[in-house]
Amino acid sequence: MSGAEKIAVRVTEVTPLNDLVTRFRFERLDGALLPTFSGGAHTVVEMKDGDVTRLNPYSLMSDPFDQTAYTISVRRDDEGRGGSLFLHNSVSVGDEMIISNPVNLFSLDLRAKKHLMIAGGIGITPSLAQIKQLDRAHGNWELHYACRSVALGSYVDYLTSTHPNDVNVYYDDQNQAIDLENLFSGQPLGTHVYVCGPKGMINWVRGKAAELGWPREAIHYEEFLAPQPGKPFEVKLAVSNKVIQVGEQESLLEAMERSGVDAPYLCRGGACGMCETRVIDYTGNFIHRDHWLDDEEHSSGEKIMPCVSRFEGKTLVLDR
Amino acid sequence: MTLQFNDETFREDYSFHNSERAIKRFPFPFDKDSYMYAVNMEQHRGGPSDSIYEKRFDVDEHYVSEMRDRAMVLADDPLRCQSLPHMTLAGWDLLELIMVSKSEDYPDLFELHRDGDKWHWVNKPLGIDDHFTFMDETTLPYGPMEYITRQTQGDFCVLDQRDDNLWMDAGTITTQADWSLDFDIGMNFFEWHAPVPLAHEKGIFVRALKFLLNIQQSAPARRLNWTMTVNPLLDTSPENYHKWGIQKTSLTPENIGAKQHLRVELQTFFRLPRSNALVFPIRCYLCAFQDLMTVPKWGRRLHRVIRDLPEELATYKGFIDNRPMMLDYLSKFDDGLPTSNGIWPEIDSEPPLKSD
Repeated sequence: MSGAEKIAVRVTEVTPLNDLVTRFRFERLDGALLPTFSGGAHTVVEMKDGDVTRLNPYSLMSDPFDQTAYTISVRRDDEGRGGSLFLHNSVSVGDEMIISNPVNLFSLDLRAKKHLMIAGGIGITPSLAQIKQLDRAHGNWELHYACRSVALGSYVDYLTSTHPNDVNVYYDDQNQAIDLENLFSGQPLGTHVYVCGPKGMINWVRGKAAELGWPREAIHYEEFLAPQPGKPFEVKLAVSNKVIQVGEQESLLEAMERSGVDAPYLCRGGACGMCETRVIDYTGNFIHRDHWLDDEEHSSGEKIMPCVSRFEGKTLVLDR
Repeated sequence: MTLQFNDETFREDYSFHNSERAIKRFPFPFDKDSYMYAVNMEQHRGGPSDSIYEKRFDVDEHYVSEMRDRAMVLADDPLRCQSLPHMTLAGWDLLELIMVSKSEDYPDLFELHRDGDKWHWVNKPLGIDDHFTFMDETTLPYGPMEYITRQTQGDFCVLDQRDDNLWMDAGTITTQADWSLDFDIGMNFFEWHAPVPLAHEKGIFVRALKFLLNIQQSAPARRLNWTMTVNPLLDTSPENYHKWGIQKTSLTPENIGAKQHLRVELQTFFRLPRSNALVFPIRCYLCAFQDLMTVPKWGRRLHRVIRDLPEELATYKGFIDNRPMMLDYLSKFDDGLPTSNGIWPEIDSEPPLKSD
């Protein structure tokens, strides 16, 4: 069986925070304690939506040492394929669900003299767990959090009331922006930066850090990609000896699973590298969307990450 | 089955010995009649009853004596146990993992009582009964990693995970096959494996690292590794090479069966939850050639493996000079009959040694 170990849970709270974001609380069905985890970890939530099973990663935002429950906050994406809509519209208190054991691809570097967190929108969720972890260890941290508006500023009140000196909030609709250059130049040696937010923000922070000569290893980022819909395509799986159709609304990985092929995966968001698959033959074009393969590998036509990437063309044969 | 702990030594008079039960459960590492490196990982989720795979941390008849030997090594050389400052959280993770596992797997030997952060740990074989506050180092006589690894057989490498690599940033290493924590501390996965021959060319380490980086909580893994040791020495460290290296020249055709030991490491890998570090316990099992030869399948197979092993590996594992004498001894236990696949002794189904 692929993916991290599963845990059967019950939804014990559904809390709308604002127009877009709702928080979900999970407790174990068997009444036992959940595993502890490290700040920055995510869980993969299984959603049975009619005939379709979706597996989406969400950052854990609760105290990593609290074993009674996990919480996630989910932003509704009206344009997406429906994972967040399913959670918002179809999940209620008392429902039984399956989630995965925590997996951390966005871990704190515990050597850091200071942890500088930069969050955009719903990207605040891993920071919430990291802050809990650091507070317990009396760690040195500072948060810069950009939101669209006061109304959409999830957890702003909580953060500013509990940590008035360490939290800085910026509202887009008030034309407030993080003064990144100034922020970076004021940091002590040994500072590590953690950025979680939209792609533009991640690229901006990474670019500015590189420009200012920060070590690559000191900049940590996480962006989960949701698979995007696209034109249907056909794939031949050489090892399984199957020809499968990838529908408009499903990913290549999901199509393989639907066809009974146990393909490896972990994050399902183009970040971890687990589902990397060798291409045996193709005629057409890849639509690579992952963060795992580098540009050279993307253009080589030798590998594909089926969790988020697609294909347009005549023939695609995979080593799976 | 109640465990009887041996009173034995791993130095000077070498009174170490394996009972018949210990021989039968010895982790013979060769699943076929030849050996080459492979990323031979499998999940670490139990195994046959009374095998060394059954429990998360195997406790056997050598437990008390091994812990006494570790205390002596640490008294002579405190640098065998080191933990860089950022690894303390991983040390608590390890302490929790071992205490929870042992108290669940061996309730007659170990007890753990938890009331929030107030913990009570009872280790009956070692006569320890301690109350302490979890995550408060001042309430333990040692740091958390040192405290628990002084009570657990096997070496422990605690590896930090960052920059898509693993870093040897903490450990307790007193039963090692000729490598040094003090030398390797702070190194990454490729740096500390640099001396290993052939495996780099085969891309073994790139694949092994990828596997290890993806080990997840609640899904530990394991593999076996092996080498050869003359006399039942746990501490074959570079620091003490001047003491044990010379013993390799003491083998004679008369004493080789008793003195030459196959040294097998059960290597396990656990993701640590709070720190996201990886712990890599390396548990050493020793068995004298003459005890191994009581299992006909192992006698046949060990001869064939040692005979056909590439020269680089026999050199790296430190027995190239003694190989001819080993083969003279082992060949007497190889009658040419076929062997069954797998590592298990199969005493009931394999034919006894054919005598000429």
